Amino acid sequence: MFEIHCPYCNEKRSEIEFAYAGEAHYVRPTAQEQTEMSDEDWSRYMFIRDNIRGEHAERWWHNSGCNMFFNAIRDTVTDKFVMTYKMGQPRRTETQIEAARKNNAEQKAKS
Amino acid sequence: MSLFRKTGRGVVDDSKVINFTFDGKAYQGLEGDTVASALLANGNHLMGRSFKYHRPRGVLGAGWEEPNALIAVDRGKGRVTPNVRATTQEIYEGLKAESQNRSPNLKFDMGAFNNAFSMFFPAGFYNKTFMWPKSFWDKVYEPFIRNMAGLGPAPDADDPDVYASTYGHCETLIIGAGPAGIAAALSASKSGERIILVDENAHMGGSLRSTPNIEIGGKPASKWLEASLKALTKAENVTLMTRTTATGYYHDNFVALAERVKHHIPNAKIGKVREALHRIRAGKVILAQGGIERPLVFNGNDRPGIMLASAAQTYLGQYGVAVGNEVAVFTSHDSAYQAAFDVADANTRIAAIIDVRSTIRDDLIMGATQRGIKIIKSAAITKTFGKLRVNACEVYEPESGKKTKINCDAILMCGGWTPSLHLWSHSKGGIKWDADLAAYIPDMPNENAVCIGACNGDFGVAAALSAGHKAGGGRKAYKTNEIEFGSGVVLSSLPSYLDSSKQKAFVDFQNDVTEKDIKLAVSEGFKSIEHVKRYTTNGMATDQGKTSNLNALEIASKAVGKPIEKVGLTTFRPPYTPTTFGTFTGYRDNELFDPTRKTPIDPWAEANGAAFEPVGHWRRAWYFPKDGEDMHAAVARECKATRESLGIFDASTLGKIEVVGPDAAKFMNLMYTNPWSKLPALGCRYGLMCREDGYIYDDGVVGRMAEDRFHVTTTTGGAPRVYRHMEDYLQTEFPELDVWLTSTTEQWAVIAINGPNARKLIEPFVEGIDLSPEAFPHMTLREGKICGVPTRLFRVSFTGELGFEINIPAHYGRLVWENLFEAGQQYNICPYGTETMHVLRAEKGFIIVGQDTDGTVTAHDAGMSWAVSKKKRDFVGKRSLARPDLVAKGRKQLIGLLTENPNEVLEEGAQIVDDPNQAIPMDMLGHVTSSYWSEPLGRSIAMAVVRDGFDRMDETLSIPMPGKVIKAKVVKPVFYDPKGERLNVV
Repeated sequence: MFEIHCPYCNEKRSEIEFAYAGEAHYVRPTAQEQTEMSDEDWSRYMFIRDNIRGEHAERWWHNSGCNMFFNAIRDTVTDKFVMTYKMGQPRRTETQIEAARKNNAEQKAKS
Repeated sequence: MSLFRKTGRGVVDDSKVINFTFDGKAYQGLEGDTVASALLANGNHLMGRSFKYHRPRGVLGAGWEEPNALIAVDRGKGRVTPNVRATTQEIYEGLKAESQNRSPNLKFDMGAFNNAFSMFFPAGFYNKTFMWPKSFWDKVYEPFIRNMAGLGPAPDADDPDVYASTYGHCETLIIGAGPAGIAAALSASKSGERIILVDENAHMGGSLRSTPNIEIGGKPASKWLEASLKALTKAENVTLMTRTTATGYYHDNFVALAERVKHHIPNAKIGKVREALHRIRAGKVILAQGGIERPLVFNGNDRPGIMLASAAQTYLGQYGVAVGNEVAVFTSHDSAYQAAFDVADANTRIAAIIDVRSTIRDDLIMGATQRGIKIIKSAAITKTFGKLRVNACEVYEPESGKKTKINCDAILMCGGWTPSLHLWSHSKGGIKWDADLAAYIPDMPNENAVCIGACNGDFGVAAALSAGHKAGGGRKAYKTNEIEFGSGVVLSSLPSYLDSSKQKAFVDFQNDVTEKDIKLAVSEGFKSIEHVKRYTTNGMATDQGKTSNLNALEIASKAVGKPIEKVGLTTFRPPYTPTTFGTFTGYRDNELFDPTRKTPIDPWAEANGAAFEPVGHWRRAWYFPKDGEDMHAAVARECKATRESLGIFDASTLGKIEVVGPDAAKFMNLMYTNPWSKLPALGCRYGLMCREDGYIYDDGVVGRMAEDRFHVTTTTGGAPRVYRHMEDYLQTEFPELDVWLTSTTEQWAVIAINGPNARKLIEPFVEGIDLSPEAFPHMTLREGKICGVPTRLFRVSFTGELGFEINIPAHYGRLVWENLFEAGQQYNICPYGTETMHVLRAEKGFIIVGQDTDGTVTAHDAGMSWAVSKKKRDFVGKRSLARPDLVAKGRKQLIGLLTENPNEVLEEGAQIVDDPNQAIPMDMLGHVTSSYWSEPLGRSIAMAVVRDGFDRMDETLSIPMPGKVIKAKVVKPVFYDPKGERLNVV
């Protein structure tokens, strides 16, 4: 069972307090964009997800805690959370993810 | 004192005799004995029968790895525990143990006929044999397999015992209290941080218990152990847990510990905790699980009396039990010599040490010579003799071809050692092949964890102590006088003059997998070790291959012709040892297994004889039978009473969400298909919710309390997911909206009053609300008081009758209900349940989301295009509703069905076709979604989804059923009062 850092509570809590909520950074098109979108593009937004091997940006919901949705980077190979960040913040870059990995390793080494 | 007991040794108390029975026969043991050690002390080696061939078996080991000696411990009805290892079950006064997998008894077992025919039972036997003819399955094969399958007695009554579960936290969790674990705890305890040290055995000490005569720093190991445990017990920051198995190691250092609280207690009372699951989150995990000795794979290696060398050491050192009078030792590794010397030093005769190697360390030769033990080099055992106990073995020397028969009543074998990587692998720690050890050892960790001692490949007491001390954060070197642990050779086949097809050389003892089976699996094309495992069932028994996996791997690797590290290792999965369902269940049993939600009015329904049905987690009154009525009669009466006069219904389970804020209407516009901006305060509207895919997700009446406040109701089962759906959109897609959501399902009790007399009933109780039809029209709401209690009173109807839904604070629910019920007697008020509610709404053609819709039905398909705003620029699902598939011809649409025979009630779920005489498989047009007997109409009614249903009005369709075809006409799905006049009765 994971320990997940909620960026709103700013603490690590047990996985039972959370629910997975799908891949992150799929922004709902505005009403205007929706009317202009082809059916194909809309289907892609609706139904197609990356399902990547490696660093996966995903949404989690702290439903038995502060009730907030937030984003996370999780490595689908090791299952490990690399970082979490607040909803609305931009997709994390490779450099940011690498820095978070390094930081995690340092924290671990310290303990 | 028995013949085989060596007094004054180990943890047993020579002065405390314990009486127990094994297969009904009385035995005596000593306090501290296990069933196995006590039976061995009585000279009894025969303890079980193998699974497939029912071969007689004794103990192979002395601990948790034991594959053979499985027993059932009988503590009375519902309290029989099967498949307990005799080697780990402590005896207590009155213990009743039974052997397994034999009939009628252990010495004479009918099932052993399988052994005589073992050449017909090769690997994959079941897959190959039970293939044909098909007709044999029911009558022949299945009963046969069922009879053979399963190990130990299945429970025949509910388990009355209590199981606990709890959480715990610590900075350092140390698993395994052998020399490495204890040294780690001693050194880590200096930090003052919380330390938990667990061990699966009754006594801590691990291998030190088996070798009490080794000196640590000049003192006997037993003294060092005593002093160390005393210090740890005293340290306030250290928790010691015995009889506790770390069964699984999960993400982020979350470890499950199964504690056997009462397994060793005589007459353990029901009601006290028997087992406890501790879920520990640890900062750091130190794994000191030790290692498991490997058997040698030779012909006849499974006779009772043949066991691991370390097991004999443990029986002697820990329990003071000699495993025989004349013992042969067969080894490919140095470590067996220490065992042989220990046994010899306790005055047991060693018949010979048979070593497959040609060169042997000088100190070992010297040790043997001093004790007068004969070593036979470059030799192997090729046969064993004896039926229920070994009595001799044949030693073969390939260089000379010489064969010698040696008498012995026990054989100790040692094929090297396997570090225990179980928990390390659960944590996804990496492993690597160590050619010198011929074993896998830990590589890079995946968690904050470290392996120390034998499980890290560091064998020997001194190495374990030093590694433990270091892992605990200290630095200390330990000196011991042990014989160097040494090394060995691993041979995938031992020398023999017998053809391998003629041998019974067991690899997996519990599942009877032989060397031959593994070779056969490879020759039949199974190259992956995971496939070999499943085909042969090697490692799939209750011991999970603790003693067999590496030997199987050696044999398979040779057969495949690939180096062992390329063949790989099968995956270790939790639990480490078999764990009872009780441990996993803990307190979550019976009414706590899946808690039932009940409304405030539920006790009234129970007192008034309601039949209940589960709806989601709720239990709801289903119908109220009177004078022995069945459901059909009760529902017919309830429907009639409601339509003719007055019905009362508990609708408290309806989901409720309060949507509040300056942008509440904007938010509602986005979440529901309907328009909300123009709904005035105190107005109500039926709301339809889609997901983004355009399919109906939920529905319910929404009341607008004020400009900035909506009282939303959802379906009973849909409340949590609708709340989540709303929160998700509010937080992630529309965060600019100033809106707050609160789930209020349990804050309100809801009483639905329906029928022509509804207004008359409530009028005398209502304060501050003008109930006249003009002042309080249908689909509006008012705030005021009822029975002196604040209420949100909705004038709505799910039955088609004049109706009110009375929302009151939940704790007043029963009070208001009882007042109304009493006053309603003058109108013959009728309490009704969910079944009548379903019939009444179906008569009006109102849908139930999830019954008439199934996640592929749009508002248009359900005939509710009127609920979808054409003007709104945006709402969730709008764009999808324009997808080509959702506007195409051929969609299934919701229609009504009237059977030609009015007395015929269709079955819900029945398939509908056009022409019932067409060839099978028929072209299915759709299915019946709701179907009832309608008492007011005096006939059956049904709703259905049918391809292009709207265009089929007045067509006759067919519903083929077993033995008949039912014909039904397509109609609009409003069967009763189509003009809605009854809503407005004055």
